[in-house]
Amino acid sequence: MNRQRLGLWWFIGTLVFALLSMLVPLPDVLEPFKPYWPALVLLYWSLESGDRVTLGLAFTMGLAADLLDGVLLGEQALRLTALVFIALRFRSRLRFFPMWQQTLAVLALLVNDRILLTIVRVFAGDALPPASWWISPFVGAALWPFVFLLLDDLRMRLRLQ
Amino acid sequence: MGQESSPLFAGSTGTLRLIGYLALAMVLMVLDHRNGWMWRIRYGAAVAVEPLYRLAGLPVEGMRTLSVAFADRQRLTVQNQRLREDLLLANAKLNRMAAVAQQNEHLKELLDTQRSLELNVQLARVVGVDLGAYRHRLLLNVGAHDGVKPGQPVIDARGVMGQVIQTLPTTSVVMLITDPNNALPVTVERTGLRTIAYGSRDGDRLVLPTIPMAADVKEGDRLLTSGLGGRFPPGFPVGEVTRVAPATTGMFLEAQAQPTAEINRSEDVLLLHDQAEPAGPPPPVTPAGPPSDLAPAGAGQPAAVPAPKGKP
Repeated sequence: MNRQRLGLWWFIGTLVFALLSMLVPLPDVLEPFKPYWPALVLLYWSLESGDRVTLGLAFTMGLAADLLDGVLLGEQALRLTALVFIALRFRSRLRFFPMWQQTLAVLALLVNDRILLTIVRVFAGDALPPASWWISPFVGAALWPFVFLLLDDLRMRLRLQ
Repeated sequence: MGQESSPLFAGSTGTLRLIGYLALAMVLMVLDHRNGWMWRIRYGAAVAVEPLYRLAGLPVEGMRTLSVAFADRQRLTVQNQRLREDLLLANAKLNRMAAVAQQNEHLKELLDTQRSLELNVQLARVVGVDLGAYRHRLLLNVGAHDGVKPGQPVIDARGVMGQVIQTLPTTSVVMLITDPNNALPVTVERTGLRTIAYGSRDGDRLVLPTIPMAADVKEGDRLLTSGLGGRFPPGFPVGEVTRVAPATTGMFLEAQAQPTAEINRSEDVLLLHDQAEPAGPPPPVTPAGPPSDLAPAGAGQPAAVPAPKGKP
C-alpha cells in the first residue's frame, strides 16, 4: 500500500522534474541543443507503465507545460497528446525493440513532434525557425538510452512498479 | 479496424479520444491566439506558477554566485578597476552635461514644454528561465505588485532592451527588441533619418528593411529611439548598423544592426517608469457643433449633410 503510494509520488515527481528542466535555460551556445524533457519522461512512462499514462494525462501535462513556458495555450497539450498516442499504440512493439531500434523510434517521434510545433507556430503567424531548430530532436534521441536506463535503474532500486 | 484486435496494437487508447483531445487543444489555441487566455489563466495560477519560475531560476542564480565565488582575485581586481574607470568617465560626462541640461531646462521653460530629462527608473533582476520562444523573452523579478505595467520600456546601461508585455503579481515578461514580432521606431543619429527596426528571424540582430534607396546610411551609424509611437522615450541608443545592402525587392535598402544593449548577458536591467508622451499626430478632434438633442429631426441623415460642403 505504502509502496504503491510511493510509486505514484515518484511518477508525479519525475513529471514535475521534467517540467522544471524544461524551464532551466542552457548557456547561449548550447541553447538549440536543449532536448524536450517532458516528451522523454512521458515516453519512458508510457512504455514502462502504460496503464498510468493516458491521453488525458498527456493533455493535462501539456497544459501545465503551456502555462509555465508557452507561446500558445494548448500547443504542448496537442504535441504531447499526439506523441503519447503513437507511443501507446505501438507500445508492445517498442518495449521489446533493442535499444538502438528504440532510439530510432524515439527520434522519429521527436522529429514528428518538432514538425507539429513548426506547423502550429507558422499558423500562429511566426516566421520559419532557423536551421538549428532541428537539432533538438537528435539530442533528445541521443539522450534517450541514458534517460531510459537511469529512470529504470532508479525505479528498480526503489523497488517501485 | 483489424488492427485493434491484434495483440501487437493492443492499447488503452482510442482514436476517438485522440481526436477529441486534439480538437480541444486546437480550440484552446485559437481562443488563446484571439483573446490571450493563457495570460489570464497564468495570472490566476500565479500562486503555483511563480514559485516554479523561482525554482527553475535557481540553477542560473547558483551559477552566477559560483562564478563570483570562484572568480580569482586577479579578475575581480581588473573588473573593479574597469568599473571605477567607467564611473569616473560617466561622472565627468555628467558634470559637463549638468550645465547643458540646466540650460536645456531653461530653454524648455521658455518654450513652455513639459518634457524633462529626469529619468524615473526601477531596478530589476533577470530570472534565468527559458520561456520557450527561442530566447526572445526575459523574465524579470518585479511584477504588478511593484507597479510594473505592460508597455514599460526596459533598458540596460548600454541601450534599449525591450518592453514589458505581460505582468504577473511578482514577475513580468519582457519582449526583447530582437523578437521578430517587435518593431521599434528609430532614427539614425548622424542624419536624423527616421525608420523602423524589426527583430530578425535568427534572433540576435535588428533588421531595418524599409530605408529609402537614396537615403544616406552607412556601416557604423548609430541608431537612437525616435520617440514616435509613444512607447519609448526619444534619444536612447538602440544599435549600430553593421551592413547595408539593397533589399531583395529592389525598392528599399535593407540594413542590419547590432543591438547596443547586452541582450543575452544582462543580469540587471532598468525599467523606465514615465512613459514617453506620444509624439505622433494629435488625436482626432470631436467635431464641435450644437448638441445633438437640439438638432432638428432628420438633420443627422446623410442627405442633409452635403449641402454646406458644396459652397466654394
